[in-house]
Amino acid sequence: MTDTRVDALSTGAAAELATATGQGGSPGALGPPRPVIQIVPLKGLPVVAVVLGFLVASIGFNWQWGIDFNHVAGGGLWTGIDLFVGLVVGPILGRMSIPARAEFSARFMPKMVLIMPTLVAMTLASGYQLALDLGNLKASSPNHSWLIVSFIVVGVMAVVALGLLEPANIAVLFEMRKPRPDGEVIAKLMKRFIYTAGITGLMQVATLIIMTRVASQ
Amino acid sequence: MSVSNVEAPGAPVTRQRFAPVAQLGTAALVLIVVGGVYMASYAPRRPPLTAPICLAAASAALLLVNVVMLFRTRGLAWDKFFLVGRWTLLSYVIAAGLIEFAFVHNHTRGGPLVVLTAMLVLFALDVPLIISYTVARYQSAPSRAG
Repeated sequence: MTDTRVDALSTGAAAELATATGQGGSPGALGPPRPVIQIVPLKGLPVVAVVLGFLVASIGFNWQWGIDFNHVAGGGLWTGIDLFVGLVVGPILGRMSIPARAEFSARFMPKMVLIMPTLVAMTLASGYQLALDLGNLKASSPNHSWLIVSFIVVGVMAVVALGLLEPANIAVLFEMRKPRPDGEVIAKLMKRFIYTAGITGLMQVATLIIMTRVASQ
Repeated sequence: MSVSNVEAPGAPVTRQRFAPVAQLGTAALVLIVVGGVYMASYAPRRPPLTAPICLAAASAALLLVNVVMLFRTRGLAWDKFFLVGRWTLLSYVIAAGLIEFAFVHNHTRGGPLVVLTAMLVLFALDVPLIISYTVARYQSAPSRAG
Protein backbone atom coordinates (compact mmCIF):
# COMPACT_ATOMS: atom_id res chain seq x y z
CA MET A 1 0.00 0.00 0.00
CA THR A 2 2.85 2.31 0.68
CA ASP A 3 4.38 2.73 -2.71
CA THR A 4 7.25 4.78 -1.38
CA ARG A 5 9.74 4.66 -4.21
CA VAL A 6 13.00 5.44 -2.56
CA ASP A 7 16.33 4.69 -4.11
CA ALA A 8 18.22 2.04 -2.27
CA LEU A 9 20.66 3.18 0.30
CA SER A 10 23.85 1.61 -0.85
CA THR A 11 25.90 -0.43 1.52
CA GLY A 12 28.64 2.14 1.30
CA ALA A 13 26.22 4.78 2.48
CA ALA A 14 25.63 3.00 5.75
CA ALA A 15 28.04 5.24 7.59
CA GLU A 16 26.34 8.35 6.23
CA LEU A 17 22.98 6.97 7.24
CA ALA A 18 24.34 6.21 10.67
CA THR A 19 25.37 9.83 10.97
CA ALA A 20 21.96 10.97 9.80
CA THR A 21 20.21 8.81 12.33
CA GLY A 22 22.48 9.83 15.16
CA GLN A 23 24.70 6.78 15.27
CA GLY A 24 28.25 7.25 16.38
CA GLY A 25 29.99 10.34 17.56
CA SER A 26 28.62 12.66 20.13
CA PRO A 27 24.88 13.26 19.89
CA GLY A 28 24.11 16.37 18.00
CA ALA A 29 27.65 16.83 16.83
CA LEU A 30 27.05 15.28 13.41
CA GLY A 31 24.10 16.06 11.19
CA PRO A 32 20.65 17.23 12.23
CA PRO A 33 18.99 15.95 15.42
CA ARG A 34 17.60 12.49 14.97
CA PRO A 35 13.79 12.47 14.59
CA VAL A 36 11.88 10.37 17.10
CA ILE A 37 10.13 7.65 15.11
CA GLN A 38 6.67 6.58 16.15
CA ILE A 39 5.89 3.53 14.04
CA VAL A 40 2.12 3.99 14.26
CA PRO A 41 1.18 7.67 14.76
CA LEU A 42 -1.29 7.31 17.63
CA LYS A 43 -2.84 10.72 17.02
CA GLY A 44 -4.07 9.44 13.67
CA LEU A 45 -5.94 6.44 15.09
CA PRO A 46 -9.12 8.36 16.05
CA VAL A 47 -9.28 9.74 12.49
CA VAL A 48 -8.96 6.23 11.11
CA ALA A 49 -11.70 5.04 13.49
CA VAL A 50 -14.03 7.82 12.33
CA VAL A 51 -13.37 7.08 8.65
CA LEU A 52 -13.95 3.34 9.11
CA GLY A 53 -17.05 4.03 11.21
CA PHE A 54 -18.38 6.21 8.40
CA LEU A 55 -17.61 3.43 5.92
CA VAL A 56 -19.42 0.77 7.96
CA ALA A 57 -22.39 3.07 8.55
CA SER A 58 -22.62 3.93 4.84
CA ILE A 59 -22.69 0.27 3.87
CA GLY A 60 -24.84 -0.83 6.81
CA PHE A 61 -27.54 1.77 6.21
CA ASN A 62 -27.23 1.60 2.40
CA TRP A 63 -26.38 5.29 2.35
CA GLN A 64 -25.77 5.87 -1.34
CA TRP A 65 -23.93 9.18 -0.99
CA GLY A 66 -21.68 7.73 1.72
CA ILE A 67 -20.85 4.70 -0.44
CA ASP A 68 -20.11 6.94 -3.43
CA PHE A 69 -18.03 9.29 -1.30
CA ASN A 70 -15.96 6.48 0.20
CA HIS A 71 -15.29 4.94 -3.19
CA VAL A 72 -14.52 8.13 -5.11
CA ALA A 73 -12.56 9.89 -2.36
CA GLY A 74 -10.74 6.77 -1.17
CA GLY A 75 -9.99 5.50 -4.68
CA GLY A 76 -8.88 8.90 -5.96
CA LEU A 77 -6.54 9.44 -3.06
CA TRP A 78 -5.19 5.86 -3.15
CA THR A 79 -4.37 6.00 -6.85
CA GLY A 80 -3.19 9.61 -6.67
CA ILE A 81 -0.89 9.06 -3.71
CA ASP A 82 0.54 5.85 -5.15
CA LEU A 83 1.33 7.45 -8.51
CA PHE A 84 2.52 10.75 -7.02
CA VAL A 85 4.84 9.07 -4.55
CA GLY A 86 6.09 6.59 -7.14
CA LEU A 87 6.58 8.99 -10.03
CA VAL A 88 7.28 12.34 -8.34
CA VAL A 89 8.40 11.99 -4.72
CA GLY A 90 10.46 8.81 -5.25
CA PRO A 91 12.79 10.18 -7.96
CA ILE A 92 13.24 13.47 -6.04
CA LEU A 93 14.05 11.51 -2.91
CA GLY A 94 16.53 9.43 -4.86
CA ARG A 95 18.55 12.57 -5.67
CA MET A 96 18.61 13.82 -2.07
CA SER A 97 21.45 13.23 0.35
CA ILE A 98 21.30 10.08 2.46
CA PRO A 99 20.69 12.04 5.71
CA ALA A 100 17.85 13.96 4.06
CA ARG A 101 16.36 10.72 2.73
CA ALA A 102 16.59 9.10 6.13
CA GLU A 103 14.94 12.05 7.83
CA PHE A 104 12.19 12.26 5.22
CA SER A 105 11.48 8.53 5.45
CA ALA A 106 11.41 8.64 9.25
CA ARG A 107 8.64 11.24 9.11
CA PHE A 108 6.83 10.03 6.00
CA MET A 109 6.60 6.27 6.38
CA PRO A 110 4.74 6.17 9.73
CA LYS A 111 2.00 8.31 8.22
CA MET A 112 1.70 5.93 5.30
CA VAL A 113 1.22 3.06 7.78
CA LEU A 114 -2.14 4.62 8.68
CA ILE A 115 -3.17 6.46 5.52
CA MET A 116 -2.86 3.76 2.87
CA PRO A 117 -4.68 0.85 4.59
CA THR A 118 -7.50 3.25 5.48
CA LEU A 119 -7.84 4.45 1.89
CA VAL A 120 -7.70 0.89 0.60
CA ALA A 121 -10.45 -0.22 3.02
CA MET A 122 -12.62 2.77 2.05
CA THR A 123 -12.20 2.11 -1.66
CA LEU A 124 -12.62 -1.64 -1.76
CA ALA A 125 -15.49 -2.08 0.68
CA SER A 126 -17.54 0.72 -0.87
CA GLY A 127 -16.56 -0.35 -4.40
CA TYR A 128 -17.83 -3.88 -3.87
CA GLN A 129 -21.07 -2.50 -2.44
CA LEU A 130 -21.44 -0.05 -5.29
CA ALA A 131 -20.88 -2.77 -7.88
CA LEU A 132 -23.58 -4.93 -6.27
CA ASP A 133 -26.03 -2.04 -5.92
CA LEU A 134 -25.58 -0.92 -9.54
CA GLY A 135 -25.80 -4.48 -10.85
CA ASN A 136 -22.34 -4.26 -12.39
CA LEU A 137 -21.36 -7.64 -10.97
CA LYS A 138 -24.19 -9.49 -12.69
CA ALA A 139 -22.90 -11.76 -15.44
CA SER A 140 -25.21 -10.01 -17.91
CA SER A 141 -23.74 -6.57 -17.17
CA PRO A 142 -21.34 -5.13 -19.78
CA ASN A 143 -19.15 -4.10 -16.85
CA HIS A 144 -18.89 -7.60 -15.37
CA SER A 145 -15.66 -8.56 -17.11
CA TRP A 146 -14.10 -5.17 -16.40
CA LEU A 147 -14.83 -5.61 -12.71
CA ILE A 148 -13.32 -9.08 -12.67
CA VAL A 149 -10.17 -7.58 -14.18
CA SER A 150 -10.25 -4.89 -11.49
CA PHE A 151 -10.50 -7.62 -8.81
CA ILE A 152 -7.37 -9.21 -10.27
CA VAL A 153 -5.60 -5.84 -10.36
CA VAL A 154 -6.52 -5.24 -6.72
CA GLY A 155 -5.41 -8.78 -5.88
CA VAL A 156 -1.97 -8.15 -7.38
CA MET A 157 -1.67 -4.86 -5.50
CA ALA A 158 -2.81 -6.53 -2.27
CA VAL A 159 -0.14 -9.21 -2.51
CA VAL A 160 2.57 -6.64 -3.30
CA ALA A 161 1.42 -4.33 -0.52
CA LEU A 162 0.68 -6.85 2.23
CA GLY A 163 3.30 -9.46 1.39
CA LEU A 164 6.21 -7.21 0.47
CA LEU A 165 5.85 -3.49 1.12
CA GLU A 166 4.11 -3.24 4.47
CA PRO A 167 6.47 -5.72 6.19
CA ALA A 168 9.45 -3.85 4.71
CA ASN A 169 8.01 -0.48 5.74
CA ILE A 170 7.56 -1.53 9.36
CA ALA A 171 10.89 -3.37 9.50
CA VAL A 172 12.68 -0.23 8.21
CA LEU A 173 11.00 1.88 10.88
CA PHE A 174 12.07 -0.56 13.58
CA GLU A 175 15.60 -0.52 12.22
CA MET A 176 15.69 3.28 12.20
CA ARG A 177 14.62 3.36 15.86
CA LYS A 178 17.70 1.41 16.88
CA PRO A 179 20.56 3.29 18.55
CA ARG A 180 22.76 1.99 15.75
CA PRO A 181 20.65 1.43 12.61
CA ASP A 182 22.11 -1.00 10.11
CA GLY A 183 22.30 0.82 6.77
CA GLU A 184 22.72 -2.49 4.97
CA VAL A 185 19.42 -3.81 6.34
CA ILE A 186 17.60 -0.60 5.44
CA ALA A 187 19.10 -0.67 1.94
CA LYS A 188 18.03 -4.29 1.45
CA LEU A 189 14.47 -3.64 2.60
CA MET A 190 14.10 -0.42 0.63
CA LYS A 191 15.00 -2.24 -2.60
CA ARG A 192 11.54 -3.82 -2.43
CA PHE A 193 9.97 -0.41 -2.99
CA ILE A 194 11.98 0.12 -6.16
CA TYR A 195 11.36 -3.37 -7.55
CA THR A 196 7.61 -3.13 -7.00
CA ALA A 197 7.10 0.54 -7.95
CA GLY A 198 6.65 -0.40 -11.61
CA ILE A 199 4.08 -3.09 -10.81
CA THR A 200 2.09 -0.78 -8.55
CA GLY A 201 2.22 2.08 -11.07
CA LEU A 202 1.05 -0.22 -13.86
CA MET A 203 -1.79 -1.57 -11.72
CA GLN A 204 -2.91 1.93 -10.77
CA VAL A 205 -2.97 3.07 -14.40
CA ALA A 206 -4.98 -0.09 -15.21
CA THR A 207 -7.37 0.84 -12.39
CA LEU A 208 -7.88 4.31 -13.86
CA ILE A 209 -8.64 2.81 -17.28
CA ILE A 210 -11.00 0.16 -15.87
CA MET A 211 -12.90 2.52 -13.59
CA THR A 212 -13.41 5.16 -16.27
CA ARG A 213 -14.59 2.41 -18.66
CA VAL A 214 -17.03 1.11 -16.04
CA ALA A 215 -18.36 4.58 -15.31
CA SER A 216 -18.92 5.37 -18.99
CA GLN A 217 -20.76 2.16 -20.00
CA MET B 1 18.40 -22.28 10.71
CA SER B 2 21.54 -20.44 11.65
CA VAL B 3 24.44 -21.10 9.30
CA SER B 4 26.93 -18.51 10.40
CA ASN B 5 27.54 -18.90 14.07
CA VAL B 6 31.31 -19.01 14.02
CA GLU B 7 32.59 -16.26 16.24
CA ALA B 8 35.71 -14.66 14.85
CA PRO B 9 36.86 -11.43 16.40
CA GLY B 10 37.23 -8.76 13.76
CA ALA B 11 35.43 -10.81 11.15
CA PRO B 12 32.71 -9.13 9.11
CA VAL B 13 29.30 -9.11 10.71
CA THR B 14 26.78 -11.16 8.77
CA ARG B 15 23.13 -11.94 9.26
CA GLN B 16 21.76 -15.31 10.14
CA ARG B 17 20.04 -17.18 7.35
CA PHE B 18 16.43 -17.68 8.32
CA ALA B 19 13.76 -20.03 7.04
CA PRO B 20 11.68 -18.62 4.16
CA VAL B 21 8.72 -17.83 6.41
CA ALA B 22 7.92 -14.52 4.70
CA GLN B 23 8.08 -16.09 1.24
CA LEU B 24 5.83 -18.99 2.20
CA GLY B 25 3.49 -16.55 3.93
CA THR B 26 3.27 -14.51 0.74
CA ALA B 27 2.53 -17.69 -1.22
CA ALA B 28 -0.27 -18.49 1.25
CA LEU B 29 -1.56 -14.94 0.81
CA VAL B 30 -1.58 -15.36 -2.99
CA LEU B 31 -3.77 -18.47 -2.64
CA ILE B 32 -6.21 -16.63 -0.37
CA VAL B 33 -6.38 -13.66 -2.72
CA VAL B 34 -6.99 -15.91 -5.74
CA GLY B 35 -9.74 -17.70 -3.81
CA GLY B 36 -11.27 -14.41 -2.74
CA VAL B 37 -11.23 -12.99 -6.27
CA TYR B 38 -12.74 -16.23 -7.58
CA MET B 39 -15.60 -16.08 -5.07
CA ALA B 40 -16.22 -12.36 -5.49
CA SER B 41 -16.35 -12.75 -9.26
CA TYR B 42 -19.51 -14.87 -8.88
CA ALA B 43 -21.34 -12.32 -6.71
CA PRO B 44 -24.27 -11.97 -6.34
CA ARG B 45 -24.63 -15.63 -7.45
CA ARG B 46 -23.58 -18.57 -5.31
CA PRO B 47 -20.03 -19.54 -6.35
CA PRO B 48 -18.89 -23.13 -6.91
CA LEU B 49 -16.91 -24.01 -3.79
CA THR B 50 -14.49 -26.72 -4.93
CA ALA B 51 -11.75 -24.36 -6.13
CA PRO B 52 -11.98 -21.96 -3.16
CA ILE B 53 -11.93 -24.88 -0.69
CA CYS B 54 -8.82 -26.32 -2.39
CA LEU B 55 -7.14 -22.91 -2.38
CA ALA B 56 -8.01 -22.31 1.28
CA ALA B 57 -6.79 -25.80 2.23
CA ALA B 58 -3.50 -25.26 0.38
CA SER B 59 -3.11 -21.89 2.06
CA ALA B 60 -3.82 -23.41 5.48
CA ALA B 61 -1.24 -26.13 4.83
CA LEU B 62 1.36 -23.51 3.90
CA LEU B 63 0.50 -21.52 7.00
CA LEU B 64 0.86 -24.61 9.17
CA VAL B 65 4.26 -25.43 7.66
CA ASN B 66 5.20 -21.82 8.20
CA VAL B 67 4.26 -21.89 11.88
CA VAL B 68 6.26 -25.09 12.40
CA MET B 69 9.30 -23.57 10.67
CA LEU B 70 8.86 -20.37 12.63
CA PHE B 71 8.95 -22.05 16.02
CA ARG B 72 12.02 -24.04 15.00
CA THR B 73 13.85 -20.83 14.14
CA ARG B 74 16.69 -19.96 16.47
CA GLY B 75 17.93 -16.49 17.15
CA LEU B 76 14.74 -14.70 16.16
CA ALA B 77 13.93 -11.57 18.17
CA TRP B 78 10.83 -13.13 19.72
CA ASP B 79 10.03 -10.08 21.83
CA LYS B 80 9.74 -7.97 18.68
CA PHE B 81 7.87 -10.77 16.90
CA PHE B 82 5.17 -10.86 19.55
CA LEU B 83 5.12 -7.07 19.98
CA VAL B 84 4.47 -6.49 16.27
CA GLY B 85 2.39 -9.64 15.97
CA ARG B 86 -0.26 -8.71 18.49
CA TRP B 87 -0.87 -5.23 17.09
CA THR B 88 -0.88 -6.31 13.46
CA LEU B 89 -3.14 -9.23 14.40
CA LEU B 90 -5.56 -6.76 15.96
CA SER B 91 -5.55 -4.54 12.88
CA TYR B 92 -6.01 -7.44 10.46
CA VAL B 93 -8.77 -8.99 12.57
CA ILE B 94 -10.55 -5.63 12.23
CA ALA B 95 -9.87 -5.60 8.47
CA ALA B 96 -11.11 -9.18 8.09
CA GLY B 97 -14.17 -8.28 10.18
CA LEU B 98 -14.94 -5.41 7.80
CA ILE B 99 -14.76 -7.73 4.80
CA GLU B 100 -16.92 -10.33 6.57
CA PHE B 101 -19.43 -7.62 7.41
CA ALA B 102 -19.60 -6.55 3.74
CA PHE B 103 -20.36 -10.09 2.60
CA VAL B 104 -22.86 -10.85 5.39
CA HIS B 105 -24.58 -7.55 4.68
CA ASN B 106 -24.94 -8.69 1.08
CA HIS B 107 -26.65 -11.93 2.08
CA THR B 108 -23.75 -14.34 1.71
CA ARG B 109 -24.92 -17.41 3.62
CA GLY B 110 -24.24 -21.12 4.12
CA GLY B 111 -21.26 -22.81 2.46
CA PRO B 112 -19.86 -19.72 0.73
CA LEU B 113 -19.89 -17.81 4.03
CA VAL B 114 -18.08 -20.66 5.80
CA VAL B 115 -15.38 -20.82 3.09
CA LEU B 116 -15.10 -17.05 3.04
CA THR B 117 -14.77 -16.92 6.83
CA ALA B 118 -12.07 -19.59 6.73
CA MET B 119 -10.20 -17.55 4.12
CA LEU B 120 -10.51 -14.41 6.22
CA VAL B 121 -9.20 -16.23 9.29
CA LEU B 122 -6.20 -17.38 7.24
CA PHE B 123 -5.74 -13.83 5.93
CA ALA B 124 -5.91 -12.35 9.44
CA LEU B 125 -3.28 -14.82 10.67
CA ASP B 126 -1.01 -14.85 7.63
CA VAL B 127 -0.38 -11.13 7.08
CA PRO B 128 0.57 -10.40 10.73
CA LEU B 129 2.85 -13.44 10.58
CA ILE B 130 4.65 -12.05 7.51
CA ILE B 131 4.96 -8.56 9.01
CA SER B 132 6.07 -9.58 12.49
CA TYR B 133 8.51 -12.16 11.14
CA THR B 134 10.06 -9.64 8.74
CA VAL B 135 10.54 -7.18 11.60
CA ALA B 136 11.84 -9.81 14.04
CA ARG B 137 14.37 -11.38 11.70
CA TYR B 138 16.06 -8.04 11.12
CA GLN B 139 15.95 -7.22 14.82
CA SER B 140 17.85 -10.39 15.65
CA ALA B 141 21.39 -10.05 16.87
CA PRO B 142 23.83 -10.39 13.96
CA SER B 143 26.42 -13.11 14.17
CA ARG B 144 30.02 -12.94 13.10
CA ALA B 145 31.24 -15.09 10.24
CA GLY B 146 34.76 -16.11 9.54
